[in-house]
Amino acid sequence: MVASRFLASSKMPELHWTGARELARMLEAKEVSSEEVTRAFIERGQAVDDKLHAYLAPTAEIALDSARAADERRAVGNALSAFDGVPIAYKDIFCTKGVRTTSGSRILEGFVPPYDSTVVARGHGAGLPMLGKLNMDEFAMGSSTENSGYGPTHNPWDLDAVPGGSSGGSTALVAAGGSPWSWGTDTGGSVRQPASVCGLVGVKPTYGLVSRYGVIAFASSLDSPGPITRTVEDAAALLSIGAGHDPHDSTSIPNRAEDYLDGIDAGISGMRIGIVDEFQGAAGTQPGVTTRIDEAYERLEKLGAKLEHISLPSFEHGISAYYLVAPAEASSNLARYDGVRYAFRAQGDDIVSMMSRTRDEGFGDEVKRRVMLGTYALAAGYYDAYYGKAQKVRTLITRDLQRAYESVDLIVSPTSPTTAFKIGERTSDPLAMYLSDIFTVPVNMAGNAGISVPCGLSPDDGLPVGLQIIAKSLDEKTMFRAAYAFEKDLGWIDSPEGRPSL
Amino acid sequence: MGIDRAAVDHIARLARLDLSDAERSRMQTELAQILGHAERIQSLDLDGVEPTSHSIPLSNVTRPDEVGPSLTQEEALQNAPDAEDGRFKVPRIIEDA
Amino acid sequence: MNVVADKYETTIGLETHVELSTKSKMFCACEVGFAGEPNTRTCPVCLALPGSLPVANEKAIEYTLKIALALNCSIATRSLFHRKNYFYPDMPKNYQISQYDFPLGSKGFLEITGEWGTKRIGINRVHLEEDTGKSTHIGGSGRIADSDYSLEDFNRAGTPLVEIVSEPDIGSAEEARAYVTEMRALLESLDVSDVRMEEGSMRVDANISIALMGAEEFGAKVEVKNMNSIRSVARALEHEEVRQRKALDAGEILIQETRHFDEKNGTTSSLRTKEFAFDYRYFPEPDLVPFEPDPATVESIKSSLPETPAVRRQRFAAEYGLSEYDVGVLTSSRATSQWFEAAATVYAGEAKKIANWITADLFGLLNEAGIELADSKITPAQLAGLVELIDAGTISGKQAKNVLAEMFTSGKDAADIAKDLGLEQVSDEGALETAVDEVIAENADAADKVRAGQLNTIGFLVGQVMKKTKGQANPGIVNDLLKRKLS
Ligand SMILES: [Mg+2]
Ligand SMILES: [Zn+2]
Repeated sequence: MVASRFLASSKMPELHWTGARELARMLEAKEVSSEEVTRAFIERGQAVDDKLHAYLAPTAEIALDSARAADERRAVGNALSAFDGVPIAYKDIFCTKGVRTTSGSRILEGFVPPYDSTVVARGHGAGLPMLGKLNMDEFAMGSSTENSGYGPTHNPWDLDAVPGGSSGGSTALVAAGGSPWSWGTDTGGSVRQPASVCGLVGVKPTYGLVSRYGVIAFASSLDSPGPITRTVEDAAALLSIGAGHDPHDSTSIPNRAEDYLDGIDAGISGMRIGIVDEFQGAAGTQPGVTTRIDEAYERLEKLGAKLEHISLPSFEHGISAYYLVAPAEASSNLARYDGVRYAFRAQGDDIVSMMSRTRDEGFGDEVKRRVMLGTYALAAGYYDAYYGKAQKVRTLITRDLQRAYESVDLIVSPTSPTTAFKIGERTSDPLAMYLSDIFTVPVNMAGNAGISVPCGLSPDDGLPVGLQIIAKSLDEKTMFRAAYAFEKDLGWIDSPEGRPSL
Repeated sequence: MGIDRAAVDHIARLARLDLSDAERSRMQTELAQILGHAERIQSLDLDGVEPTSHSIPLSNVTRPDEVGPSLTQEEALQNAPDAEDGRFKVPRIIEDA
Repeated sequence: MNVVADKYETTIGLETHVELSTKSKMFCACEVGFAGEPNTRTCPVCLALPGSLPVANEKAIEYTLKIALALNCSIATRSLFHRKNYFYPDMPKNYQISQYDFPLGSKGFLEITGEWGTKRIGINRVHLEEDTGKSTHIGGSGRIADSDYSLEDFNRAGTPLVEIVSEPDIGSAEEARAYVTEMRALLESLDVSDVRMEEGSMRVDANISIALMGAEEFGAKVEVKNMNSIRSVARALEHEEVRQRKALDAGEILIQETRHFDEKNGTTSSLRTKEFAFDYRYFPEPDLVPFEPDPATVESIKSSLPETPAVRRQRFAAEYGLSEYDVGVLTSSRATSQWFEAAATVYAGEAKKIANWITADLFGLLNEAGIELADSKITPAQLAGLVELIDAGTISGKQAKNVLAEMFTSGKDAADIAKDLGLEQVSDEGALETAVDEVIAENADAADKVRAGQLNTIGFLVGQVMKKTKGQANPGIVNDLLKRKLS
């Protein structure tokens, strides 16, 4: 009868365009069942995925079983959380017990983890049905999802363009209404940049706020799991579900869990916001992006924030340092993929040839390139000049930020210098691809919090542009306040223009 | 920063990557290009600057010495490419750096 | 004495690896231990499954601090774990979490005593790392070199392992033997490892180089592996000393290499034809945070360190007046010392007697049976009981040896065994008097000699009484009786 009531109610918005908080309200009010909601997202996903290729592994049956279980709990008033029954999807970098997990790599083809990552376990604990596992650049190395070992994902706003990366499957699916929200990971911008080019909200929380346990490692000292949603409120809600101390992760911050929705609507009047001189007119910034970002700055001022220019001299070295630190850690993290204990093995008549062939055949070009780069940066005779110096640059970036936060509460910039570029446009030029992370990378290097929030479509190509807001470590609440105020005043996401015509 | 073919071969062996000749040549060009960009930080005066290996000020994170559940042998070998007598089977082991 | 020996100078450095006897592994909760089917003590962490992360075992760190402090090391104020990167199929992550430039302990020493007197061997570092899994080589001779393939068991992977690196202060195979013996006893006294070299819970690798006396720099460094007992460490190094000296005499140039010790024929052979320059690409382990030992904790560990074998040796000599030999045997292990002291406290008389019975007789039996004191049936109190029987004259020292042998196998008390074997001596004068009278009657002239004051003849009469009583008479009592009757 739940269903009939749903069908009866007229002016019911299309379920798959409904945000997580609204879905939670409807479930609580028994206006709809989790099974209906979950089925709506599964069907939407099936309808669009042959165009997008966002999914690596849909888990419709698992999702529907969990949805029915959620409905039973709600029927007897035993909801696991306010979001019990609201479905979700995960980047394929999160280990899921009994469900194949590949991190977008052929070397892990067919790998079935015997355990859940902490983020997924907390999702289950909150009663979120799992829609499936989503495409990504292999081992999260990339900014376009073209480096997936299983083929590229397409941007719902322009099927010839990339959805960004490395969490491109997670942003494409949510942008197309295939899931209310999803989890990605951000090592150098891999949540914020794809969210930006898909017209979504993407959060890179403070390093250590969300557990890395069960997240297939790319660069351990930089990896940060983060929410991908259509609204700032949903992002704050999903972070509240996933954040908190985890004894399985030695780098997990021993903080008490917070409700990031608290005071999210307090406004930003009087807030001091810094604009980074070094980023102004950065090489390769698309004019249409600059237009929207300048408007965004004006809007923040209109909302009562005090904007001021700040200088972060070390930021111009962020990319150079990042592309030594991240590959160095990756070269070691990826050593375990050797054909001995799990998944892909190439034949070889001794251990060295077996391992070397397995890795040559199992890894894609970008992964091999970074493993080589990282091995080089750590090798005897080069360590001090490369890895050693890069770690010192990290210290400078952190110092610059600390100094900046003495005079401002938040820092703003574009999330990405350009909107979504065309598939294949940059694959031939790795360095150009790396430079698209220029605004996001320093935040990972310092371990701070950052968010990308939509600020409309670029006038030159009609594709989404994202504003990046950078907060102090563990100051996510201030960050959400500003993002929320901006989003509500812009009103773009709830307008017809806020959805791709797919 | 020039990087010669010998260096590429050495790094490929350290990294256990059986790269083709074509891959090695391409790798040589690309690594040189990327490292060239990284050259910028070579010029920085970083004497006396402490390296940052962790961006969070945590220390002394340990666990109590308590035994928890392990996987069964079947679970441990579930994803194994090759196994025998409850153990992972690997080709002849040769010594190599 | 040996002319060759004087011409050259031997320099030895030892690297000791000890598996800690914690309940769980270094970075995961899997149980530590040798028992169990292969790959039944593994989890996502120690199998290096994608996404797993290490969390350090606090007990392992405490044990490492204990070892470092017992070796007189200074404790780091800030210690880091590093990744040591190299590919090997018994190492799941293909890197070992170890320590590099910030070990928990450094700059300590261990004192060894011998014909050279007492010598201080420097300890360069004491650091904490993780053990590998176990490879079994199938086909060929079972040695890695000619096997067809290998099988990997990861039950041992991730066991806490402490590495103790000595300075190159060891000057001979004998000093090396003393160092390993002392190290083993020290570690055993700390109760942090079962230090069984045969089972690999304590492993020793050596670096030995030989140069002309007073030469500026060391000779070529030769690494010797696969020494599975203290004895084989000494044998291997003796062999190397001779081999390298002969080579140098013959004008050969020694190369830096790794050699494998062959237990059977006591020789070493080169492990690899070509020697690689390993490049471990150490860098700080990003999955773990720094460890900063709390000074108060370090102090309390230091103050609660147990008696070291060296101190115990001095105490045993002073307190019990034991010979150097007895002290050596009785302090060879914590278990032996405790066993001795338990017996000595129960026993009312001189502890020295207990010591003699342990070192002379009991150890003989143990060696024959090839077991440890701890595993034998006999208890300290039982040994004390045996010695008391001798003191009371209930049994003779000679009979006691048989009783001990019986106790050793049956675990019964000395008194019961003496009864069963009918060994108790007849000490009851009434019972002996008739026999004494008969002997006096049968040997009238001998008796007269005694009456005349030739007391040395009394021995002959005692002998006769013993014959009559088939050796069961207490000779002391018989002696007294004869004296009384013939005075
Ligand atoms: Mg070691
Ligand atoms: Zn384990």
